[in-house]
Amino acid sequence: MSLMKRISLIFRSKANKALDRAEDPRETLDYSYQRQLDLLSKVRRGVADVATSRKRVELQVTQLEQSAAKLQGQAEKSLQMNREDLAREALTRKSALATQIADLKTQHAQLLGEEEKLTLAQQRLQAKVESFRTRKETIKATYTAAEAQTRINEAMSGIGEEMGDVGLAIQRAEDKTAQMQARAGAIDELIASGALDDASAINSGDDITRELESMSSQADVEAELARLKGLSAPEQPEAIEAAPDPGEILAGEPEKQETVSDSGKDGQS
Amino acid sequence: MIIRILTEGQYDVADHALDRLNELDATLEAAVEAGDEASFATALAALLDGVRTAGVAHPADSLDESDLILPPSDATIEQVREMLNDDGLIPG
Repeated sequence: MSLMKRISLIFRSKANKALDRAEDPRETLDYSYQRQLDLLSKVRRGVADVATSRKRVELQVTQLEQSAAKLQGQAEKSLQMNREDLAREALTRKSALATQIADLKTQHAQLLGEEEKLTLAQQRLQAKVESFRTRKETIKATYTAAEAQTRINEAMSGIGEEMGDVGLAIQRAEDKTAQMQARAGAIDELIASGALDDASAINSGDDITRELESMSSQADVEAELARLKGLSAPEQPEAIEAAPDPGEILAGEPEKQETVSDSGKDGQS
Repeated sequence: MIIRILTEGQYDVADHALDRLNELDATLEAAVEAGDEASFATALAALLDGVRTAGVAHPADSLDESDLILPPSDATIEQVREMLNDDGLIPG
């Protein structure tokens, strides 16, 4: 027998076995309807759970991307200061983050897929449950034993199959969400412990970052000094030295520097 | 005929499309027997795509039973074997 047929037979027989059958056919309908409502609320919870996991992964991606952007900035700054070694270190760390980010994005796509699948399953089940409810009332109203039994069997097998399918979809989504959560938890721990973002955190205990920091401050000081002296850039130390005294005076009174230097220029011109 | 792809829903598939689907089914079965995960994945994707392409979505509010039920698109060989073994159809 073909694979399709074997799977069909087995799945259907399991779905039918799973449905409650009462002595009184009308009770069977009510039992089944109750089970359908339970499953419907379960699938709704499933959708919400997957959405929560997806948002968590989104948040982590954002955090890691911020860290990566910081590292990129540090690499650029290092190069400006001719510290290729530091730039290399920053880029190495950034590339490790990029792997994590790519992984997370794959998982995000999977979670999104599960969420869409479950949402559709919920809509299908909702429609079938509604249809079953109507059918149930009709069957009850026109109840004569033999005829009712046939119509009940029809309604039950269709809904049973759908319930088995939705149950499977929920179970698979739960499995995937559990895997993601374990992984997301591990990344949260890494972020919390600083292992991932230490490299980019300001004033972290990390030597290279501290060095980069202190060099950045030095460069900032030089740049500021140069600006105070009315010159464009720190790359022209001769020019800075050649600048007249106002630089020192200005450094003592930063608030007034603009006015003073302007008036100084005015005086010179 | 109504074909269900598990976790995806039911499709109405015209009878004339069945020959092609049966071929794909045979390929899938061979892959399961051989335990060849790569050709299993290809064959399953081809079979499910065949159903999606040849079929149209069956109305969501119908309570009709499917004539055929297919594994979900992300199923592994292991999971398909489990689906088959549960009922003891395959001895051992």
